[in-house]
Order: sequence, then C-alpha cells, then structure tokens
Amino acid sequence: MADIGTLNRTAAGFDAVADRVASGPRGRRPRRALSPRNIMLYGTLFVAALYYLLPLYVMVVTSLKGMPEIRMGNIFSPPMEITFEPWVKAWAEACTGLNCDGLSRGFWNSVRILVPSVVVSIAVASVSGYSLANWRFKGSELFFSILIIGAFIPYQVMIYPVVIVLRELGVYGTLTGLVIVHTIFGMPILTLLFRNYFASLPVELFKAARIDGAGFWSIYFRIMLPMALPIFVVAMILQVTGIWNDFLFGVVFTRPDTYPMTVQLNNIVNSVQGVKEYNVNMAATLLTGAVPLIVYFVSGRLFVRGIAAGAVKG
Amino acid sequence: MNSNVSITNPSVSIRDLSLSFGAVSVLQNLDLDIRDGEFLVLLGSSGCGKSTLLNCIAGLLEPTDGQIFIKEKNVTWEEPKDRGIGMVFQSYALYPQMTVEKNLSFGLRVAKVPKEEIDKRVARAAEILQIGPLLKRKPAELSGGQRQRVAIGRALVRDVDVFLFDEPLSNLDAKLRSELRVEIKRLHQSLKNTMIYVTHDQIEALTLADRIAIMKSGVIQQLDDPIHIYNRPKNLFVAGFIGSPSMNFLRGELAEEGGRVVFRTHGVNFSLDRYDAAEPLRAGRKVVLGVRPEHITVDGKTGGETHEAVVDIEEPMGADNLLWLKHAGHTLSVRIGGARRYAVGSKVELSFDMSLASLFDAETEDRI
Ligand SMILES: Nc1ncnc2c1ncn2[C@@H]1O[C@H](COP(=O)(O)OP(=O)(O)OP(=O)(O)O)[C@@H](O)[C@H]1O
Ligand SMILES: [Mg+2]
Repeated sequence: MADIGTLNRTAAGFDAVADRVASGPRGRRPRRALSPRNIMLYGTLFVAALYYLLPLYVMVVTSLKGMPEIRMGNIFSPPMEITFEPWVKAWAEACTGLNCDGLSRGFWNSVRILVPSVVVSIAVASVSGYSLANWRFKGSELFFSILIIGAFIPYQVMIYPVVIVLRELGVYGTLTGLVIVHTIFGMPILTLLFRNYFASLPVELFKAARIDGAGFWSIYFRIMLPMALPIFVVAMILQVTGIWNDFLFGVVFTRPDTYPMTVQLNNIVNSVQGVKEYNVNMAATLLTGAVPLIVYFVSGRLFVRGIAAGAVKG
Repeated sequence: MNSNVSITNPSVSIRDLSLSFGAVSVLQNLDLDIRDGEFLVLLGSSGCGKSTLLNCIAGLLEPTDGQIFIKEKNVTWEEPKDRGIGMVFQSYALYPQMTVEKNLSFGLRVAKVPKEEIDKRVARAAEILQIGPLLKRKPAELSGGQRQRVAIGRALVRDVDVFLFDEPLSNLDAKLRSELRVEIKRLHQSLKNTMIYVTHDQIEALTLADRIAIMKSGVIQQLDDPIHIYNRPKNLFVAGFIGSPSMNFLRGELAEEGGRVVFRTHGVNFSLDRYDAAEPLRAGRKVVLGVRPEHITVDGKTGGETHEAVVDIEEPMGADNLLWLKHAGHTLSVRIGGARRYAVGSKVELSFDMSLASLFDAETEDRI
C-alpha cells in the first residue's frame, strides 16, 4: 500500500512539471515581424536599395526603347516595344572620332590593359607584401611607410612626371606603358593588403618552414600562396574594378586607337554632332559597367570572406 | 657563469651569447653546455627569454654577440636547416593546406630526398608516434594532441641531432598534457637525441629533465639536475620558483646560543646543527631560512627541537592535506598525509628538517 502511495505521489509530481512546462515560456522567444526595429531596419534597406536601383532601372528601360518613344518623355514607363537596336549600335556601330566600330574596340583594348595589369600588379604586390611581413630587412619599416604615404598622394600630381618617365623609356602611348602605370599606382594599397594578411598568419608557420629548409620562394609558393587565396580574390576584385573603371590614366597614357572602353564611352556619350541617342548611350554605359558588375556577382561571397579573413586586421 | 661550461664533447654549446631587440637586452653573456643525448629543460617565468634563446639556437634569430656550436661545429652564421635541429612549437605550426603526410615530408621534399627514402622515414615516424591512420587528414581535422604528435613527427623525419621544444604541451588540457609528457620522455629514451625543452610548468621540468636551467631576465640562475634544483636551490629566486605550494621563507638573523650558531626570528631560535652550510656561519648575519612544506613534521615523535604553532586554514587535497599555520609572526604551509585532519585553531608541535632546509643571505639572496 505504501508503494502505491509513493507511485501516486510521483505521478502527481510529473503532472505538476508538465503543467509548468505547458504554461511557461519555452524554446525560442517569438518575435513580432512588424516591430519598430524591423520597420526601421527594412525601411532603411528599402530606401537604400531604391536609391541605387532606380537609376539602373531607368537605364535598362531606356536602352530598350526606340528614340521616338524616348522623346515622349516618360522615363519610368517600361518600353512599349522592346528593341535591341541600341545595344547592337553601341557595341558595333557607334562612331567615336574616326572609327565607327562601336565600343567593341574599346572593350578589347580594356581587356588587353586589364589582364596584364591585374596579373603583374598582384604578383608584385603579393611578393613585396610577403617579404615586408616575413623577411624584415634593414629599413623595411621605412620603406613600408613611404609606400603607404604614396597611397594618399592624389594621382593628378604625379601625371606629368610619369608622362616624362614613360617618354624616356620609350613606352609612352603604348599599352605596355599603361600597364606599368597601373601596376605602380596599385602598389601601395595592394602591398598594404598583402602585408597585413601575411602578418596576420602565425609566425611559427614561417619559422617551421625555414627549419624545414624552405627558402624565400619556396615558402612563398608552397606555404603562403595556398593560404592566401581569399586575399588574392580581394586584390583581384579591387584591381579589376579599379583598372576597368579608370578614365584618367586611360585618356592620358594611350592614343585614340588604344583608348580603353571608359574613354570611348565618354567620347560616344559626349559627342556633340548629331542627335543625342539616349538609348545608345544607356546601352553603352551598361555594357561598360558590365565587367565590374559580373566580377562582383561572381566573387562577392569570396570577397567578403577575404575581407573578413585579414584585410582589416592590423 | 663558467660552472655551466664543464662538459667534454657537448652536443650544443653556447658561448657568451647576447641578444637585444633595439634597446631591450633580452639575453646577456649567456654560457651553456649541453651534453650529447641530454634532456635539458629551460624553465623560467614568462618573458625571461626562453623562446629567444631557443630561436637563437635554431637560427631563427640572429644573436647580437656570441657563438653557438652544435656538434662541435660553429653554426652561428648557419641557416636553420643546416644546423641539424628540429623544432616543435606551442602552436603546432602545421601547414594547414597540406595533409599530415605532406606536413611530415615537406622538409625532405625541399631537400630533394628520394621518394622511397621519404616514404620510409614518414612510415617510421608515423609508427613511433602512432599517427599512421591520420596520414591522409588535414591538420584542421585533428585534435590538439594529434596535431602536436604530427609536429613532433616533422622533426623526427628529418633525423636531426637536436630537438628543440618551445612549450609543446601548453595548449593541451591537463590529461593530454600528462599523456604526451610521458610519450616525450619515452621518445627521448628510445632516440637518445639531445633535447632542449622550454616550459614554465615545473612539473614538466622536474619529470622530464636530466638537467634544468632556471632563467630569470635572460640569465641562467641555476643549472642542475632536478633533485639538486629542488633540494639545494642556489638562490632565493630558484627556491621560490620551484615547488608548489612554494617554500616557506622566514626572515631573521644568525645568532649565538650556547656556543652554537642558530637561526633567530621573532625571538625564536632554530637549531642549525643539521644544516649543511657551504661556508662558516657567523652570528649577526641577516638571513632567510627556506623550508619546503613537506620538510616540516607536525606532532612527530622526533624528540628534537619543536615549535608550537596554531592551525589557521586547512586545505585537504586528496592525497595530501595542506595546513596553513601561524607561528611566531609567520604563516607557514605544511604538507601532511591526507588522512590527518586538524581543527582550525588547534595547537600543534612542528619540527623542521634542517638537513633539507636552505639558508640564504638576505642581501645577496645567495645560498649559504
Ligand atoms: N621581436 C621582439 N621585439 C622586441 N622585444 C621582443 C621581441 N621578441 C621578444 N621580445 C622581448 O624579449 C623578452 C623575452 O621574450 P621571450 O619570448 O624569449 O620570452 P619567454 O621566456 O619565451 O616567455 P614565455 O614563457 O611567455 O613564452 C620579452 O620581454 C619580450 O617582450
Ligand atoms: Mg616563449
């Protein structure tokens, strides 16, 4: 009898526990979707998105309209009949100066400038960042400081001296000259990026590699490079967008037949003769901006990871 | 300092080594000889220059002055790889993108050792360290203990004369640490290489070392085997550094009593008849008496001189029981068997084992 009594009491105990669990808060705390915080947050995001997307929308819409439709003046209305004529014209027929083969010439010029500039500048900067971080030599800190100061000098100040230097070297006006200029001007920020990344890696790794007998290049290629992929992606994005969007160096250091796409775009959009073909201008601008956009979309996730991996660490 | 240099055919010998980072002098005129096959532990508090010394031996830091010999060869200007050393770091420093196997063989591949030879040596190291099943894994997929084994293996495959360990067990939890400690000892016994081991864990030092070098701000205070370091510390610093709970220190002076020199503190005399002094004791000298907690007996039947004390705090620690006692103005810690318990406030009789005590000059802090 006593046993049954105990059992009953235990069962009652369980009930009490069950009641408490059923009535009290449990698990994840519910959050209201329309809390003031959320309204603020999403409201701000929405406004910011609108701010950037509206011009893009206008450009896309306008580039798909014919000129008569544009003249009607409703820049926000979608095209009544879609035409790709302006895109074709912008790419292959628009006239800039003497040539009438559209932006395609500028596109290929830009590619010919971009690829070697990006490759050379990243290669040089990663090696110098690595040696500044790991192979401290006499005066390396001073060298680094000077390089960083270089990042703050406005480019315009240096253009004339650089023109003279390139002329003396006999590469003024050639693509080689422009590649050299892009490499040099990319150096401060890229070296900083790489130096900080390599400095954030544990020194013991470097010491262990030296004890294992690896030298300067062998440590760079076999130990450091494989660990630095995220930062290479960051550097690549910085350089691709920077060099592709460059106008100043392009217009100063090249000749009309080697103009990069941005300079050509400017010439198309700002040409004074004839009617302004807004649809062609919009298409040309979108075409020119496509490369950096695609780079961002493809590697955006890697970019964020690379920034988080060390670019912002001291 | 020259007492450190007395060995014929040393495996590693350091002569007059100094190193400073700019204005900060880390090592000063350091001399050290290490026997072939010896397990030497460098022990000292944080920042005293242990890692710096090890990095100098490895060739990762350039000394400001002095020479380093390994196997009788002056390696002061040699590259790390040409010194015949292997090094194990506290943070493991495994190459993250390589598998364990590639980590082990990296040094050999750099040195262009033939493939069959590499395979043979990796297999041997893997067997010794029991990491065979892990060879295809990346370091990120290993536990801390396994990573440190791989790091040791990296030194092992290179067939070096001298192993350098920089706090290899500090990142591991207590249980793993004691396991790996035993394993390193076993490794040393089977390989018979010279090993230099940096730690600030005195248990590691006492259990592993053939000899211990105690360092303080870049200077070796005492270089001796663990027994001597523990029982005959050369100065007050060494005495206080080694031992946990640390040695009891009583400040007082030497005095005469019935034609004998005794130690006197707060009007209480301690007989020094059984103390093994290195120099004649003279009355009037200010001294510090050091006695380890286990060298004081509580309520023993020794029949000798006893001193009365009051129990202040009791700390039972399982195997032992640590008593904190008030005696003549001092607080003393005494270690007794775990089964013997005392109530707080009870009076006890203490007898000091003076044959194992240490007497230091209060001025120079050196052992008398
Ligand atoms: N690159 C450096 N530049 C300037 N000072 C340094 C440098 N490396 C070490 N030091 C200084 O040298 C002293 C000794 O450092 P070391 O790393 O040898 O200490 P340690 O005994 O290994 O200490 P721990 O037990 O904490 O590892 C420290 O005071 C440290 O601040
Ligand atoms: Mg250290």
